Amino acid sequence: MKIIGKDTQRIDGESLVRGKPVFTDDMKLKDILQVKILHSPIAHARILNINTTQAEALDGVVAVFTHKDFKPHYYTTAGQGYPEPGPRDMRILDSTVRYVGDRVAFVAAESLEIAQQALNLIEVEYEELPCIFDVQKSMTAGFALHPSEGTSGIHDINKNIAAHLDAELGDVDTALKESAYVFEGTYSTPFVQMAHIEPHISLTWLDNDNRLVIRTSTQVPHHVRRIVAEVLDIPIARIRVIKPRIGGGFGGKQEILNEEVVGAVSLKTGRPARIEYTREEELLAARVRHPELVTFKLGFDKNHLMTAIDLDILEDCGAYGPHALTVMSVTSQKALSMYKAPNIRVNGDGVYTNLPIAGAFRGYGAPQAFFPLESLMDEVAEKLDVDPIDLRQKNVFQVGDDVPIAKILGEGREGFPMVLYSTEIAACLNEGRQLSNWDTLRSTKQSGRYRTGIGVAVAGQGSGIPGIDMGAAFIKMNEDASFNLLVGATDLGTGSDTALAQIAAEVLNVGIEKIIVYSSDTDMTPFDTGAYASSTTYISGTAVLKAAEQCKSMILEQGKKLLQVDEAQIVDTDVVAADGSKISYADICMKSFYTEEQLQIMGTASHLSYDSPPPFNATFAEVEVDTLTGTTRVVKVVSVTDAGQIINPKMAEGQVEGAIPQSLGMALTEFMPFDSKGRMLNLDFNSYHIYTAKDMPELVIRFADSHEPTGPYGAKAVAEIPTSAPAPAVTNAIYNAVGVRVRHLPVQPEQILAEMNLK
Amino acid sequence: MIIQFELNGRLIKADTDPGTTLLEYLRGVELYSVKHGCDHGECGACTVLMNSKSVNACLILMHAVGGKKIETLESFSTHEQLHEIQESFLQAGAVQCGFCTPGMLLSVEALDRENGEVTEAKVKDALNGNLCRCTGYVKPVEAALKVLKKNQEVSK
Repeated sequence: MKIIGKDTQRIDGESLVRGKPVFTDDMKLKDILQVKILHSPIAHARILNINTTQAEALDGVVAVFTHKDFKPHYYTTAGQGYPEPGPRDMRILDSTVRYVGDRVAFVAAESLEIAQQALNLIEVEYEELPCIFDVQKSMTAGFALHPSEGTSGIHDINKNIAAHLDAELGDVDTALKESAYVFEGTYSTPFVQMAHIEPHISLTWLDNDNRLVIRTSTQVPHHVRRIVAEVLDIPIARIRVIKPRIGGGFGGKQEILNEEVVGAVSLKTGRPARIEYTREEELLAARVRHPELVTFKLGFDKNHLMTAIDLDILEDCGAYGPHALTVMSVTSQKALSMYKAPNIRVNGDGVYTNLPIAGAFRGYGAPQAFFPLESLMDEVAEKLDVDPIDLRQKNVFQVGDDVPIAKILGEGREGFPMVLYSTEIAACLNEGRQLSNWDTLRSTKQSGRYRTGIGVAVAGQGSGIPGIDMGAAFIKMNEDASFNLLVGATDLGTGSDTALAQIAAEVLNVGIEKIIVYSSDTDMTPFDTGAYASSTTYISGTAVLKAAEQCKSMILEQGKKLLQVDEAQIVDTDVVAADGSKISYADICMKSFYTEEQLQIMGTASHLSYDSPPPFNATFAEVEVDTLTGTTRVVKVVSVTDAGQIINPKMAEGQVEGAIPQSLGMALTEFMPFDSKGRMLNLDFNSYHIYTAKDMPELVIRFADSHEPTGPYGAKAVAEIPTSAPAPAVTNAIYNAVGVRVRHLPVQPEQILAEMNLK
Repeated sequence: MIIQFELNGRLIKADTDPGTTLLEYLRGVELYSVKHGCDHGECGACTVLMNSKSVNACLILMHAVGGKKIETLESFSTHEQLHEIQESFLQAGAVQCGFCTPGMLLSVEALDRENGEVTEAKVKDALNGNLCRCTGYVKPVEAALKVLKKNQEVSK
């Protein structure tokens, strides 16, 4: 292969290092209105009265919207396929507010300052309602947070259960009874902020044909179009969504966050409008990771082979339930696709509280699965007195294994059968063992104030959502043998435009500079479900591969006609006949355009897969615990990933390097404390601490030699897989260092100090 | 109020409210490499050079800019040629979403202009005010070290 597996420079790299105006907000629109949202200061209240007279009277205020301006219509902000798997429980503006940050009203004004002043002039009379901040209490609170009228898809309104799932294979109770060993543990993962540096930003205007144009920082342009059309009750045909460059998303932009708000302003006023979250709003009222309280019961036979997994999930959805079902479903799918146990069972409830809305965050339930599972595996290894790596090696799924959970648990419906065609998790563990100096560090005797420890964890993810995620691509040829590649796939900073260009270039035998990528614009590019679920390389990439092959066979056919031969083949960028006569790509296209056999050489293809091959990862963390303060510093992380054939090694490394500090942040530095009224206390980056350059440990990143037969050129996904294992690797390392088992994240130095057991 | 200062090599007489932030002003004159990320000097996306020091433009009010020399990333490269730090970031694969990249490049340039000894710790110090959620800082640090060490060799 000439281009796949090589470090092609990012096709958008130069414009980005030049600081070109490529992001949503990097443009000026004449007469633009600034839109601001009034957020609820109360966690749960009924709006008895809302008076906007003074706000509307303020000079420069153009429109004020409250719930009275919209017919009650319930939808979900989750940017997912249709019908959406989660509940429809949210209105654009509601007469009840359900968390501190919920929408009360919004204002459009001539300037940001005026809009802000107008917010202060809106008089709201609230009737405070009892609040629920605890998932366990929510189910038995005796009152419902959501109405039954108008909403749909809520599992049990009276118990505040947004979504429920249960499934069993084999007979878990009997298997556990008959197991030689049974281990149980309860663990929790917290709310975590996405913290993309570009806030949510959307611009709207009406074009010359009175269509609503939405230029927005989104991972899901086609879902934005569908959902905004529904909420604002206008035809899909009247909306165009343009996705420029995205300044990071991580799932936070897999949400229809404010596009319907700003769209409503343009439709009502006929003027361009802009809404941008401040950092405070971003932390208060965007989306966060679902906290999960998870209990695992694991059965083992006398040979330490797993006999049963019993998994119980209690998920905090926050105030509304976008992704409520599917995040929990991914937690179970991924947890039950790692180790081969003949009997498996899951029972999960996603529950409403009066806390921030949880959404899609990189890993999408998998980090919530692997922190508990990999912590318990560490406990099991100790109790059975076996090496934690060996215990995992013995139980992981192997090539050719049927992974039965995939069939019974799909995306909100039954799934599809899954056979593992590729896994190099054993090789990942072996390589990590060497690179992390595992055996030496595990046996090193410790003394003094600073104690070092090493821990390991593994994880699996998927490559797209089987039977659901569909991506399409269109390629057309130009006279100089360059090609326009139009894809609905959404590069949100991951480099997917480059990876897709590499695939097209490889098929067409041309250099990557010959591929001109455009993504994504609902008027111009074909459909794609969007950038989520680790789907772009695997799903959209295969669509590109098929479209490029189609284009290539058309080049060959045109070449044969122009050479007037029946047989020929493509050699580099020529069509060559058996007698040695040949014609170049460029000549073929030039003639096809202007003189002979005239037509457009092009290819178009869609791709949907019933397979979702899991990439795997083994992460080793070396930590240093300060026994005086109880604080933990991560010294080194070794991360070895099986992502199939790597399309672009530098970009793939970048995905892993960025995922690790997100997981370390969840484990160690990122806290979301609330006061007794449900108000989040740290609404800025000073107090919500994401990893900085100086916090970073040494990273050692490797990829296993792997080939996935169902993937484009053997590729699987790489975006989410590295984000699950670092956190449990760190807490396992803390146990190794000071004997403290952390079962609830984030790690609290107080717990370390209280429970230290220094040998 | 008229405020005189040098912006990307040109003398500017800006008629602006002295309380306007430098960030608002710069984006207002369509210097879009200067990004808006937090308004509180925490994320570093609005980093610019003021008299060759890296500063957060969201924390600088226009009245403090009088007589100063302000540089944004737009002044770094010519149409034909990238600045060597830009080139190094590009080669190292140090750019993912690219939103924090302009700020990082300017922080590295400010460090380069200090002409001190270049160490990894100093580079991490210089980049510590530029939050990035994509790269884990690995390749940006690598790219910065590479170009700064080369410059150090040349100046010796």
